[in-house]
Order: sequence, then structure tokens, then C-alpha cells
Amino acid sequence: MKDKTKYFSYPYIVWMSIFILLPSFLVLLYSITTKESNGITTIQFTLDNYKMFFNNMYIYILWDSISLAALSTTICLVLGYPAAYIIANANLSKRNTLLFLCILPMWMNMLLRTYAWMTILGNNGLINTFLEFIGLQKLNLLYTKGATVMGMVYNFIPFMILPIYTALSKMDNGLIEAADDLGANKKTVFRKIILPLSMPGVISGIIMVFMPAVSTFIIPQLLGGNKNMMIGNLIEKLFILNGDWNFGSAISIIMMIIILISMSIMNKFDVDKEGGARLW
Amino acid sequence: MKKKLCFMLVILTTLLIATTGCKKEEKEILNVLNYDIYIDKTLITEFEEANNVTIKYDTYSTPEEMYIKAKAGASNYDLIISSEYMIERMINEGMVNKLNFDNIPNYQYINEQFKNQPYDPNNEYAVPYFWGTLGILYNKNTVDVSSNSWDILWNEKYDQRIIMMDSQRDSFAAALKLLGYSLNTVDEKELDEAKDLLLKQKPLVMAYITDGAPDIMINEEADMALVWSGEAVSAMAENENLGFIIPKEGSNIWIDAMFIPSTAKNQPLAEKFIDFLCTKDSTLRNIDEVWYSTVHTEAIKEVDEELLNNEAFNIPEEDIKNMEMFRDPKEFIDLYSSRWTEIAAQKSK
Amino acid sequence: MIILFIFLYAPILVLAIYSFNESKSRGNWTGFSLKWYIELFQDRDIKTALYYTVSIALISAIVSTLLGTAASIGINSMRGKIKSVILNINYLPVVNPDIVTGIALMILYISLNISLGFNTVLISHIVFNTPYVILSILPKLKQLDVNMTEAAMDLGATPMYALRKVIIPEIKPGIITGFLMAFTLSIDDFIISYFTKGEGVTNLSIVIYSMARRGVRPTINALSTIMLSVVLLLMIIINNRSNTTEKSKRIKRNEVLK
Repeated sequence: MKDKTKYFSYPYIVWMSIFILLPSFLVLLYSITTKESNGITTIQFTLDNYKMFFNNMYIYILWDSISLAALSTTICLVLGYPAAYIIANANLSKRNTLLFLCILPMWMNMLLRTYAWMTILGNNGLINTFLEFIGLQKLNLLYTKGATVMGMVYNFIPFMILPIYTALSKMDNGLIEAADDLGANKKTVFRKIILPLSMPGVISGIIMVFMPAVSTFIIPQLLGGNKNMMIGNLIEKLFILNGDWNFGSAISIIMMIIILISMSIMNKFDVDKEGGARLW
Repeated sequence: MKKKLCFMLVILTTLLIATTGCKKEEKEILNVLNYDIYIDKTLITEFEEANNVTIKYDTYSTPEEMYIKAKAGASNYDLIISSEYMIERMINEGMVNKLNFDNIPNYQYINEQFKNQPYDPNNEYAVPYFWGTLGILYNKNTVDVSSNSWDILWNEKYDQRIIMMDSQRDSFAAALKLLGYSLNTVDEKELDEAKDLLLKQKPLVMAYITDGAPDIMINEEADMALVWSGEAVSAMAENENLGFIIPKEGSNIWIDAMFIPSTAKNQPLAEKFIDFLCTKDSTLRNIDEVWYSTVHTEAIKEVDEELLNNEAFNIPEEDIKNMEMFRDPKEFIDLYSSRWTEIAAQKSK
Repeated sequence: MIILFIFLYAPILVLAIYSFNESKSRGNWTGFSLKWYIELFQDRDIKTALYYTVSIALISAIVSTLLGTAASIGINSMRGKIKSVILNINYLPVVNPDIVTGIALMILYISLNISLGFNTVLISHIVFNTPYVILSILPKLKQLDVNMTEAAMDLGATPMYALRKVIIPEIKPGIITGFLMAFTLSIDDFIISYFTKGEGVTNLSIVIYSMARRGVRPTINALSTIMLSVVLLLMIIINNRSNTTEKSKRIKRNEVLK
């Protein structure tokens, strides 16, 4: 019987080859060839596209994207872990309501959530109208790096809270009780038991926030005013505006490699043999 | 029992969607591609109902974007509306079909002034849609425009209250004109000077926005913005504190036109739609919606007094003499793109 | 904690309040009005977007659930290197940023001369949905007691019968979760649809994006309030159903224990 069920996966394997492997291969191909300038396709293998990237300007964009994403991820972690902890330790009926309240924004369209901040941060938006009202000076909030970070945190924080909550809720209370019985104080219990056991959730959360944060182009465009180019904007511009698909593909490959490397580093902390990002 | 119910529901929904999809396919389809917010949508519905067809209407925001998708063969549009310099490029690359003007009798109403232009010298490929210029929309209460120059956009007094366009040719046009160069230049030295000027400006810029500037100006969240004339007209209609100037160094005059790409599947229907858009009534409704200057000789007679008095709509003759039209830079487009990417990538606050 | 909730909900609630504002401006309240909702319902773009968003989400969710369920069952019976290779390729769309997946697919369609339109968006959605379906079902399959299937067959069931009556009911929670995930991801997708769309196909996210670029629009506020209410309603219904099933379970348990 087992031999027969294996065949169930064959349709999908064919599908994957066409729609996952082939596109990736094509991107790779574009990245190592040059742009044909007069319509004649010249398959000239070259690493020029990659070399072009190692230029101060582009490295800076990459660095900027990674640092902004890292900042947002850290803020999400700092705000999200305590939130997940409180929810996990709440009594059962409250727990569902709290969880429900945290998940609800996630179900709202991401663009709406980004757009919402445009209304609030604008020069005549909610915050500034309030500041003016109480007699303080208006602040330049929208179209700054801060607005971009704020947008990222707002959009992605539920993705940090959920995995951490799942990990915390699955924890065996017996372990905590045992530690208590053996004389550990609350701080030690947290440091030595709760924190390490919640790590898989933390890792999941970090991956699920960092990855979209580093590659987004909507948030720096709508909230950042197109002033701080991130790697997502660069790729979009190269494909849609400049038509330089070769260079764009090279950058896509570089980004894929960076993410795969950071994921494998993260997974070293994760004892889970399954691997990959998990929500629950 | 429940499982069977769910299953039936699923099949039902799929069938429903499939059949509604099929119903639409019985009618002729017209694929149209146009700039964002550049048409009165009721015109589309009216044409669909009058001719029993379905119009699939797509929008885009920059001509470069349209060109790339068309070049890559990614789309099968029957009718595209775009800017003259991009049409020029596509005509030169054989991507545009010649029009059968027998199907477009309303072409007679297009002002002669807009025919025989460099992008389509023999009037074979495109029908003008709207025209306009590039200028500065400003807040009359806070900005001093007495210099009547592009350098107002570089004035440090308005730090973080200046909006530029997220469009390479338009932002470069402002810089090049300020320096006294042609906005079609391919001279690298001149382009570098313009690039440096734009880099110098970046710390003062509040944001690089295309299409979003009028809203910000109406709400007085910025003091000035680089805009197209139609945007200025619509903004000034909503806020009396706003004004529009076309700087003395000269500006850009542009014509947007309708053309049929070589990938079109239904040219006759596309030509019918072009003809429909060229009627006086359609044009007037479009003007009401988008506020751009019209190419229609009859429509302009029935336009509001108020609009005719607005310099952003009724662009003065002496300004037009001082204006340059964008040309296709051909292979030199990279000179602009690479410099623009540099500006966009530049560190900012 | 409360601060977090204020942070999470303030923007959405602000939008909701402003959707009833008479004037367009963001600072002043000039009066209660439903005019933006009326404008919303007449907007041709929104109607088209809604049609495509829901239909693509539904069809792609159904197809990816079917594809994914079959695939999970197949992959589960695999062993060793082949299995991990296949799993890793499967997780590629999950691991890759949306923009890379979207661009890769766009390049694929163009290279194969497939013009962008409804079909390309649909296929793209199935591509990124199916791995999540597999992700939901595989763990359930692992938990499945192998002995049960063998027991069924010892009792005379054919493999297909065992599949239908034993395996599928056991992994049903995984299938449902997978379907819901696929549906949700589809409805919310922006980047992948953005790169693979054509011929008038659009979705809610793309329409909101074009509107947002033009500035603050009260019709978007109206749209967001409606979406908020729908989502709220859905969640209350789901919450109630799980509460009632819990309650009925508890009641039954008490009865048995008595």
C-alpha cells in the first residue's frame, strides 16, 4: 500500500518543477547573462551583474534594508514577547478573547493597515492636529525612516506574537512546578526554563517578521516617501522601470542567499528536526 | 452528511464562478491600458452597454512601466494611452499599428496644433488625448514666487515642505531647465550637473510622489509640489490658497495620445472606442474628471469660464513657445535611469 | 498590554471614524455622512477588484487544498534524501520573499509566452498557497497512527477505502486549516498579484495601493470599516462555534462521568 500512495505526490512534483524550480532557474539564468541591446539574444555568461552590486551605493541600500528590518524585528520582539507571555498566562476565557484581539488586525488587508498610518502621521494628520491643539509644535512624522519602521512593526507584530504564544502555551507546566519545588525563584525559572523552551517560537517569530520587513517595497514607498530606497524598491524599480532584468535577477538571487543563510543560522538555535518556518 | 453538504457547496461555488466567467466571454472584449485616474469611468460603462462589449481596463503609473510590459510581450492590450516620447519609441521599434482613420471620424475635432508632432509626424499612429505641462503648484500664503524660477523648488526656506515627482524625466526636467539645458539632453556632463543639483535638493524634499501631490497640497501639508497642469487645476479647485506657475526658464509640453499596439486582437473595436472618446460629450466629461487641457476644438468652446481663466488649464501662448516636448532618448535612456537610481538611493533623513 | 492594543487598533478605528466624516480632510470633523459608502458601492474598480479577489482566493484555495492533500499523503510515504529534497523545494515559496517569487513567476510566464491575466494570477496563487497547505497537513499525517490504517486493511478494507474512511477524517483538521490559510493568504496578497496581473485583473490590495498613492481617500476609509466589520463578524461566529462545541463536549463529558 505504501508504494501506491507515493504516487499521489507525483502531480505536485511535476507542478513544483514547472512553477518553483523552473522560475528559480530562469532568475539564475538572467542573473548570469547580459542584457541584449539590439534584440538579438546573446547568451554571454558573466558575473558582471553581481560585480555591479558590490558598489557602495547598492551595498548601502542592502545595509539600510537589513538594519531597518532588524530594528523593526527587535521592536516587535520587545513588545511581542511580553504580550505573548501575558496571553499565555491568562485564564482560559480571557485567553481566547486576547488572542482573538491580537489576530484580528492580521486579517485586515496589509495595505489598509499601512495606509491607516498615512492618515495619522501626516502634517495635518491626527497626531499633529492633537499636538497643535494642546499647544505643542507639529512634528515631521510621515515620510521619515521612523514612519517606515512604525509601519513595519505595526504590520508584522502579530506574526511575532502568535508563534511565541504557541510555544509558551505548549510548555509543560510540570517543568515550571518542578523548578519551583527545587527552590528556583521566578527570575531563574524564566531564564533557565521558560526562555529556552520558548526559543523555537521566538525563532519562528523573528523569521516571520524579518523576512517580509527586509523585502517590502510598499512601506518605504507609502510611509517613507520614496526617500530611503530599500532593497525591495530597488528590485521593483529594476524590473518595472529600468527593464534591467539581469541586474534585478542578480539582486534577487543575492537576497535569496542572504535569507537562506540567516534562516540556517537561526535554525541552529532551533532543536526542531522538521526545520522550516512554522506558524504553529 | 455535513461533509457531503460542504462538498456540494464547494462544487456549487466553483460552478458558479466558472459560469459567470463564461457568460462574460460571450461578448467581445476590449483590453484597454491607461494612466491612473485618467478617464471618467462612466464612459467605459456607457461604451460597454451601447456596444454590448466588455472592457477590461488596466492602469499604470509610469510610461517606462508600460513599455517594459509591452516589450516583454506580457500583455495583449488593444488600446493604450500613453505619453508621446514613449509612443515615439514604440513606433520606432515597430510595436504600434497604423490607424484606420475611416473608423475614427471624430478625429476631425482634434486641434491642428496637436497634429504632425515629432513623435508621429504623419499622423498615422496616434490620436491625441490630453495635453499639458509641468509646473510648480504652491501655497500662495506661504511661498514667494516672485522669482518665477525653478529654483523655488531648491529654496532652503521651505525645508521638508517641498514635493518632487517620483519620475525620472520630470524631476530631471526641472533641474535641467534650471541649468538652462535641454530636457532631452544626452550630454553626460549636463546630466551630471542636473544629478548633482537633485542630490543637493534631496535633504529639502518632503517626499517623492507621483499622483499624490494634489491631495497633500489641498490639505496644506506641504508648501509646493512639482506637478502636471491637470493636477494643479484639480488642486486649485479644492483650495483657493493654491496657485500654479510655469517658471521662466521654460518647461515641458506633453501630449498623451491613444494608440493601438501590435499585440492588439481587436483593432476595429479599439478604433471605435477611440472615436467614442473623441466625441465632444466624452471629452467634456473627461475634462470634468481629470481637469487636463483639451485637444478638442468643439469641447473647448463649452468649457467653464472659470477653467478658461485658469492658467493651468488654458496655458498661455507665450509659455508654450518656451516649452520643450520630451523625445525618446533611445539607447541613452540608461543615462537617466542610472542617475535617477543614484538619487533615489542617496541617504536621507 | 493595553498600550499594545491601543497601538494595534487606533489606526483602524481612526479610519472607521473618518469614514463617516462629511469632509475629505483628515483634521476636521464636519458632520456625519454615509456618502463615502455610497461612492464606494458605485466604484467600478472596487467591484471588479472584489470579484477577482474572492474568485481567485476561492478557486486557488480549493485547488491548492486538493493538490496539497494528495501531495502530503504522497510525501508522507517517502523516505530519506528524496523526501527532504522535495520538502525543501516545496518550502521555497514560503521561505522566499514575496517579491522574489512574484518576479520569478513573471519571468516564467513571459519566457513561456503566456500573456499575463487571470490565469497567471490564479496559477501564482496556487503556487504560493500549496506549500502552506502541505505545511498544515504533514504534521497531522505524522501523528496518524500507522496501525490504524493497517488495522483497517487487515479487516478487509482496500487501500482506497482505507484512505477515504480512515486517513482523510483523521487529517481533516489539517485540511481545513490548510484551506483557510490558503484562502486568507490569497485574499491579502499584493506583491505576487502585482507582478503577474494583466487584462483588467486586479485585486483589493492592488486597488487600495493605487488609491493610497493618490493620497488619503475617504472611500478607502469606508472600505476598511466594512472589511473590519466583516472580519469581526467572522471571528465572532468562529469563536462562538468553537465555544458551543466546547460547551457541548463538556456537557457530554459530564453526562458520561455521571
